[in-house]
Amino acid sequence: MSKHFVSVEGLAKHFTTNKEELIVFEDVNIGIDKGEFVCIIGHSGCGKSTILNVLAGLDSPTNGVVIMDGKEVSGPSLDRGIVFQNYSLLPWLNTRQNVSFGVKARWPEWSKEEVNKHSEKFLDMVGLSHSLGKKPSELSGGMRQRVSIARAFATNPKLLLLDEPFGALDALTRGIIQDELIKIWSETQQTVFMITHDVDEAILLADRILLMTNGPRAKVAESVSINLPRPRNRATIIDNPDYYKIRNYLVHFLVTRSQELTDEDDDSQNTVTVDPTELSESDSRTKKQTTPVNEQLAAHSA
Amino acid sequence: MLSLNLRATILSVALLIVALGIWEALNQPPSASEGLSEYEMLMGGADQEARVPPPSKVIGHAYDELSNPFYDAGPNDKGIGIQLAYSIYRVLAGYLAAALIAIPLGFLIGMSPLMHKALNPYIQVLRPISPLAWMPLALFIIKDSEQSAIFVIFICSIWPMLINTAFGVANVRKDWVRVAQTHELSQLKTAFTVILPAAAPTILTGMRISIGIAWLVIVAAEMLVGGTGIGYYVWNEWNNLDLNSVIFSILMIGVVGMLLDMALGTVAKLVKYEE
Repeated sequence: MSKHFVSVEGLAKHFTTNKEELIVFEDVNIGIDKGEFVCIIGHSGCGKSTILNVLAGLDSPTNGVVIMDGKEVSGPSLDRGIVFQNYSLLPWLNTRQNVSFGVKARWPEWSKEEVNKHSEKFLDMVGLSHSLGKKPSELSGGMRQRVSIARAFATNPKLLLLDEPFGALDALTRGIIQDELIKIWSETQQTVFMITHDVDEAILLADRILLMTNGPRAKVAESVSINLPRPRNRATIIDNPDYYKIRNYLVHFLVTRSQELTDEDDDSQNTVTVDPTELSESDSRTKKQTTPVNEQLAAHSA
Repeated sequence: MLSLNLRATILSVALLIVALGIWEALNQPPSASEGLSEYEMLMGGADQEARVPPPSKVIGHAYDELSNPFYDAGPNDKGIGIQLAYSIYRVLAGYLAAALIAIPLGFLIGMSPLMHKALNPYIQVLRPISPLAWMPLALFIIKDSEQSAIFVIFICSIWPMLINTAFGVANVRKDWVRVAQTHELSQLKTAFTVILPAAAPTILTGMRISIGIAWLVIVAAEMLVGGTGIGYYVWNEWNNLDLNSVIFSILMIGVVGMLLDMALGTVAKLVKYEE
């Protein structure tokens, strides 16, 4: 096995409910290189969030290990920053204090000025310099998520975990913050692991997208390389001829193949690496969708 | 249209005037329309029926008392300020001692399901006991009436603080605890920087209930132990048949209780947060 910065090896999670053992996912192997931006997509219930929580050290797997930077992950650590979907800001602290909370935890020996300066630098990156004294309750959802992102980046973790960070935001706000995330990511060269439900978001942000089959007994079936040129931009990326090829491939996977692969129950299959732009038009995996994508997704995620 | 506050004030004042007016009108001594009979003269001209003093008399008496609240003319005749100060001292002493025990213990119960399960039966049995029921035992063990009154305040104010602290700590949002975990905060640091501020509004609610109960109980406790304090004062003036003083001290009990509640209300506002 090649040396990755983060490597997830043989991960499995079982839940026991009413004497029945439910296997959420098993034999999950993931490798993430330093500086890589990896997204994971799959239907609800496939265990994406559990994988992320195991990476964070907040949950423990039934089987398997996570190794980061040569050390096994055995509990939460400042080396892994997390942005949750529900922001998880402390409501009694204002914007600046919420970020400096993380900075102080990371560098306890810093003086107050250093902590504030560092915190404000990251709040400035997400465009919140004018709201330093506001409490989370006075901020909109988008602004709260910016604070949360600034808090995570400010602690300079080795791995940043994003759990559907934009899931609760409206489309316009989401787009703006995606741009900010690209900007701050390209400046800091963080290694990022992100859960999303949004195919377009994944293509825009990721170097690689992991596709999970449906649970129970979910698996990471494919690793799709996104070889679109960087820097990427929401407005221009859709003009790239490869964009729709990748997009169709991903949507096709989510709509049909994620279930088919679960039904096949092929235990031997390992994660396959794919570059949709290099597949031929006749390949069954690139079948064009005839109905609008959004409707299909809505029907499946219901 | 007048503002709501102004209208409410006008209504309040009107209600006060009407209530005082009725009270005053119902408690006038009968006018001596005819000369007193020989028998009545022998009886000192006293009325057959005792009357509650009318508000005019009470207000006059209140003015006299409040213009010199801290005089001390012997054990049976002290100013209202001295009596209230004794009561407030006892309430605060018992209350603070209770807070010192209830808040850390509540933290422990809130954070540890084991402690919660182990201690809950005792709390449920001890909590409904009237604090005054402890008085004989307290007097026997402590052998000091003053200390026993403080103990009664301690025992009555401990429960709301304990239960609210445990509830507040146990119900801190998991997300916030996770934030502490992912930032590698120690247990102690988590307790002070995340759980305490998160649970503070609930803890303050318990403290506010406790101070209210403590102030209710001190009057009864002092009626029992005697000597000093506002409760003793009310009972002593009843024995003196000085209803002016009784009514006046009842009002003062209300005013001080309100001030104590307002003080904790102010602190509660400081620790409140919006989610």
